[in-house]
Amino acid sequence: MFMSRDPRPRPNFGRAIGSGLLVAVLMVVNDVQARSPGLGQPVTATELAAIDFTVMPDGAGLPVGSGTAEQGVAIYQRHCLACHGDKGVDGVNDRLSGGHDSLSTLAPVKTVGSYWPYATTVFDFIRRAMPYTAPGSLGNDDIYALTAYLLYINDVVGEQDVMDARSLPEVNMPNRDNFVWAAGVD
Amino acid sequence: MTDQRSYPPDAGNGLYGRRALLRGGIVGGTALLTASAHALDQPRREVWMQAPGGPMSAAGAPSRHEAHVQRAPIASQPGTDGSGASRTPLQHLDGIITPSRLHFERHHSGIPDIHPARHQLYIHGLVERPLRFDVEALARYPMVSRLQFLECSGNSGVMVSAAAPDLDCAAIHGLVSVSEWGGVPLSILLDEAGVAPEGKWVVADGADAAVMSRSVPIEKIMDDAIVALYQNGERLRPGNGYPMRLFLPGWEGNASVKWLRSIKVTAQPAMSKEETSKYSDLKADGSAELFTFPMGVKSVITSPSPGLKMHEPGLYQVSGLAWSGAGRIRRVEVSVDGGRTWAEAQLDDHVLPKCATRFRAAWQYNGAPAVIMSRAVDDTGALQPTREEVMRGRSPGSFYHINAIQAWQISAQGEARNVYV
Repeated sequence: MFMSRDPRPRPNFGRAIGSGLLVAVLMVVNDVQARSPGLGQPVTATELAAIDFTVMPDGAGLPVGSGTAEQGVAIYQRHCLACHGDKGVDGVNDRLSGGHDSLSTLAPVKTVGSYWPYATTVFDFIRRAMPYTAPGSLGNDDIYALTAYLLYINDVVGEQDVMDARSLPEVNMPNRDNFVWAAGVD
Repeated sequence: MTDQRSYPPDAGNGLYGRRALLRGGIVGGTALLTASAHALDQPRREVWMQAPGGPMSAAGAPSRHEAHVQRAPIASQPGTDGSGASRTPLQHLDGIITPSRLHFERHHSGIPDIHPARHQLYIHGLVERPLRFDVEALARYPMVSRLQFLECSGNSGVMVSAAAPDLDCAAIHGLVSVSEWGGVPLSILLDEAGVAPEGKWVVADGADAAVMSRSVPIEKIMDDAIVALYQNGERLRPGNGYPMRLFLPGWEGNASVKWLRSIKVTAQPAMSKEETSKYSDLKADGSAELFTFPMGVKSVITSPSPGLKMHEPGLYQVSGLAWSGAGRIRRVEVSVDGGRTWAEAQLDDHVLPKCATRFRAAWQYNGAPAVIMSRAVDDTGALQPTREEVMRGRSPGSFYHINAIQAWQISAQGEARNVYV
């Protein structure tokens, strides 16, 4: 984020006064927390599994199942093509393939292959949100197959490479190393 | 007829800033009206004064004469109704509060119709005690309420267009709103669950059809994040997260996950689709920045602005909003001569941290074309940048976190138009 400085800076006297008040405020806040009603209910691992959609970049959270791009093409054509276009281009919604080596040009094209840093995100997002009109309707094998297909049309994996909980986190996305975290975030 | 106490303007082209407004000595150029003093048989009544008026009601609504004050434009992704955004009509509002019915929206899979009795908040992951909370349990916790802004990271994104688009204030800047957000500090709930030492992030999921997800550093969660239940006194609107949302003061709106369902404590971010493929900042060299959370210091003149015509020369209020994700607004300056000279605007009383502040100046508009603009400084000393400064180093089309100075060109006919200066 671009930052420029105030051309008319001024001294801050409030900070000296404020630190004394801060001690008093912290005491009040701690007192408030001690009065927390403690109404959280325990949850079982089974309940948590039922609400946990998160797939981490190291593959944690990926379910049992597998699929290839060869298996995924028919699923894509049935559930995805109408919005995202044939082989992920020229659809009415987000473009999914192509754009390689375009990011530093005047016409960057951000797709799964040209931009996304992690292949696991593809599985994570499809399982959460896609197809748009019927999220949650696809089985895990189908989601792996679709994930493999999206990686295949971006030339990241082969048509018969099996994507599963072990292989998907191993996929090296072409643009991963071009991301930096914002200053102050670690 | 001129007042003997006339003062010169504070800046070029007839601008009066806070010094003049504090003196109370602004001179208007209009003539005094004189009334003739005939005696009438009876004082005159408008038609609405001729019979008793309408009844009270269980819930009010604006006057039908204000029907034009709506969220607009509303733009949906192709093939969808509920995915896209609606914008707050900033140019029709005064003060700082956005009426709840006009709060901007940005959805990724429409507004879920959540039954509050069946909704739970789960806190799990790297915690000693995974817990769930229902809505009414949360409502019994200690709460805080604060007036704060919420701004979409993509607000003002059209300003990266090569040519200044012919749009109004709402269309350009309407993805920002101010509410009093009330809710439970998330630190209290996480302390109840007991965060493990290796827990450095949380992954927040919503209960919308997209199960939209963002990763948030634990420092922000423990600092000032709340689980919001209240918006301007009443429970959240469905379009703003009913029955509960995450609220991260000063941070990009997408991370304040609506319809909050799950907080999973993790050691690392999950690298969700939203925080990687979207909401990341592509630079001209092809690299991209992740986790650019805070919204930068920003201001915009809401009046005059496109659609609010100045019909004749005379004294006009120049008014707008300023805000910063870093804290309070320290100062707002206004120019009505294209940036050649500036005067400090008057700030309304509520100068609150991570909230919008209303600024005002007075302009003796002489009818000639002019370019007006504002720029804000926050209490860290950060100065609102120009468009040129914002664009420097960005990839063309990189449209998140645009906080550039907005200039309106006033034509000879008194109509305002978006321009780049």
